[in-house]
Amino acid sequence: MTTATRLPGESHPSQVRDARAEVDVQKVRRDFPILRQRVRGRALVYLDNAATSQKPQVVIDAIRHYYERDNANIHRGVHFLSEHATEEYEGARRTVQSFLNAADETEIIFVRGATEAINLVAQTYGRTNVHAGDEVLITAMEHHSNIVPWQILCEEKGAKLRVAPISDSGDLLLEDFEKLLRPRTKIVAVAHVSNALGTINPVQQIIEMAHRGNIAVLVDGAQAVPHLKVDVQALDCDFYVFSGHKVYGPTGIGVLYGKHALLDAMPPYQGGGDMISSVTFEKTIYNKLPYKFEAGTPHVAGAIGLGAGIEYVNGLGMDNIAAYENELLAYATEAVSAIPGIRLIGTAKEKAGVLSFLLDSIHPHDIGTILDQEGIAVRTGHHCAQPVMQRFGVAATARASFALYNTREEVDALVEGLQRVREVFA
Amino acid sequence: MSDLRELYQEVILEHSKAPRNYRELATANHRAEGYNPLCGDHLTVYLDLEGDSIRDISFQGSGCAISKASASLMTQSVKGKTRAEAERLFDQFHKLVTGESPANGNRAELGKLAVFSGVSQFPVRVKCATLAWHALHASLEGKQGTVSTE
Repeated sequence: MTTATRLPGESHPSQVRDARAEVDVQKVRRDFPILRQRVRGRALVYLDNAATSQKPQVVIDAIRHYYERDNANIHRGVHFLSEHATEEYEGARRTVQSFLNAADETEIIFVRGATEAINLVAQTYGRTNVHAGDEVLITAMEHHSNIVPWQILCEEKGAKLRVAPISDSGDLLLEDFEKLLRPRTKIVAVAHVSNALGTINPVQQIIEMAHRGNIAVLVDGAQAVPHLKVDVQALDCDFYVFSGHKVYGPTGIGVLYGKHALLDAMPPYQGGGDMISSVTFEKTIYNKLPYKFEAGTPHVAGAIGLGAGIEYVNGLGMDNIAAYENELLAYATEAVSAIPGIRLIGTAKEKAGVLSFLLDSIHPHDIGTILDQEGIAVRTGHHCAQPVMQRFGVAATARASFALYNTREEVDALVEGLQRVREVFA
Repeated sequence: MSDLRELYQEVILEHSKAPRNYRELATANHRAEGYNPLCGDHLTVYLDLEGDSIRDISFQGSGCAISKASASLMTQSVKGKTRAEAERLFDQFHKLVTGESPANGNRAELGKLAVFSGVSQFPVRVKCATLAWHALHASLEGKQGTVSTE
């Protein structure tokens, strides 16, 4: 299995094959205090990283330090703490900017998560630019958070939501996708990596195709940023969104990247403090970017924690992480496939982080309960992607999803756990 | 591991593999669907009510071993019972799987349903065990549509 973690000019897979040694996974594991504990009398094997990742000590410390030493409201006070908190918060924004390689820090909007970022775009850019008879194009592998906000928009505007189909392997059918780019298509919204299947979408090509018709593209990067290097300028995407908690940061903080000109032309999402430059009862003048979209006191501690999480990832090197995880996923795919009765859901050529499967006719919920007794955490269910389940004709799957601290030994534990499931249901 | 054996007792595994009364009921005059959006379990309970008594009952659908076995054993347990008896059984079953039932409670009345006592150690599985019962309850009350566990 290979993954499309490479951008033009980056190393070739044959070169990164040696990179496994470059992530010292035992050292990495010591950075994550939660991994030291035992659950149900066994060493915790945490394989639910696509739901949320665990937090390294540096992130926990950054949040703690903020509340112990720096807590104050930002952009307001003239006092020492407020100034310091503002510096830390804006520093986190610059960390995100360079993480995504955005051209300007004002293109980074802090939000609650990828879900809020998509809703923000749908309710501002979408409401301004989508009219009756227009179309919004998504794919058949989207998470509910990249379906429902567009449905709400389309319903309000009398627009149509179009869905590009996927193959039995879980690949986007690019030719069908291109045919669905029509004169009335106003927005394309697509997952960079599918949370249910692990498919890496060819977002570069998708964006090029859409831009030929002057269609704006939002990329849902929630499942991509922990695994792949993302360069929003190289991609030329119009919007890119992700959640902090999936990339080793805290919950409740996420990012909307948008091209400056687009963000600048968009109406505000929420009104309130900090998003204005002056208010009278007759007229309010909105603040400049990025503050126009950050009404109210933001999650300052969350942004600082996210900044620490990204710095942690940067310290290891995204290329190293991608290479390590890539090899681990290949190992896991081979090991799990060898179990009799396994059916993998999502076998795209380009994958990251996710192994979705069924075992005989055993319901995933039963698989999850039995694995849990072995201390192994996996997700079971529809993964907030019910249309994906319908596409594959299943009600649910079991999903093991990997992070940079997972090991081959943990994959072996999963395989043993699945053998145990087979014994119980023999 | 003992908790696991307690949950997946032989009777439960056997009923999940070969559920009883697993069919659409031609004579049904009541039906209700049960849906658990968390895991996607979805089943339909068919009821042939004659006056106050359950003349026949069946179910169909997809679900985990616990929800299927529970539906299967439920159909066996309530067939021939009156509405009030079935509701009383549901009440006792609910107490059993949520761990509210006293150790020396009326387990005898539950009969084979006592095999679900292990569920109380798995709080997230209570909804699986009670899905069919919620659907039965809804159909006894003559409610239409789908009962959700959420």
